[in-house]
Amino acid sequence: MSYSKDIKKEVSQYIIIFFALAILTIITVRIAYMDVGKMWIAVLLAMVVASIKGTLVAGFFMHLFHEKKIIYLFLGITLVLLCSLFFITFGSISDQVGEVEQSVIKSTSSYIH
Amino acid sequence: MEVPYTVKPRLDTGLYNAKLGIWLFLASEVMLFGALFSSYILLRAAAPSWYAGPDVLNVPIGTLNTLILIVSSVTILLSWASIRSNEIKKYKLYMGLTILLGALFLFIKVFFEYIPKIEHGHIPSENNFYATYYTITGLHAIHIIGGLIVNLYLWGPGFKMFKTEPERFSNRIETAGLYWHFVDIVWIFLFPTIYLLPGS
Repeated sequence: MSYSKDIKKEVSQYIIIFFALAILTIITVRIAYMDVGKMWIAVLLAMVVASIKGTLVAGFFMHLFHEKKIIYLFLGITLVLLCSLFFITFGSISDQVGEVEQSVIKSTSSYIH
Repeated sequence: MEVPYTVKPRLDTGLYNAKLGIWLFLASEVMLFGALFSSYILLRAAAPSWYAGPDVLNVPIGTLNTLILIVSSVTILLSWASIRSNEIKKYKLYMGLTILLGALFLFIKVFFEYIPKIEHGHIPSENNFYATYYTITGLHAIHIIGGLIVNLYLWGPGFKMFKTEPERFSNRIETAGLYWHFVDIVWIFLFPTIYLLPGS
């Protein structure tokens, strides 16, 4: 017995996604060795490529593009909580960046003098 | 007493229970790794300086491990496709390959990354960079070990269920696969964050 027509179609889709992921991995590494100038551009590029790869794995390998509504609901709640967690973290950094920089400047200048 | 909804989907959710269960578990895992990533951001933003990943970590080895995990994600899907087509030999081959690839990932991680670093004195207490590197990659490695144990069970002793309840066994492979893909996704974000970002 061999794969049915539907399963054969699925398998060929998996292989295509595999090659896309492999190419995107090489792109990720290439970007890391490029001089993009600013740190935020490097982070943005790395996260954009990682997000595309993550979407391909979740969408095709985990079949999330064709799942039941209840799974979308649970993942939606998780996404909101995750974003809140990052938002709180970024807020905390924004509160302290000035203080941290000032304390570094103070300690550096007292060391120099 | 028979466990309900192991094969048939529930009317209210439209899913068999294990599938809903694994997605809920994965949602909790998103928060676990999310907490670690946000801690990493906080530590990095507050640090006066931070290593560039490519200067201190082995990028070719990290890239190789990324590709190994992607291939293993495909092989576990092929094992699921095989079991749904009643192709036992192919199932054993692809699930066996998934286990071998997972083990290879761990072997490379331990013998080509952790041990050489520890031998050079780069341990978690050295600085925040190494503390976050060992914590996040270590937790990911523990997840790989967990997946390997489940996959080994499904390849070996757990396979006997296929003879009596083939559909239920096929569902088990699907849920094990969902977990394995999640571990792959974590690595997809972890690799550029830890290994590839420039220093500051």
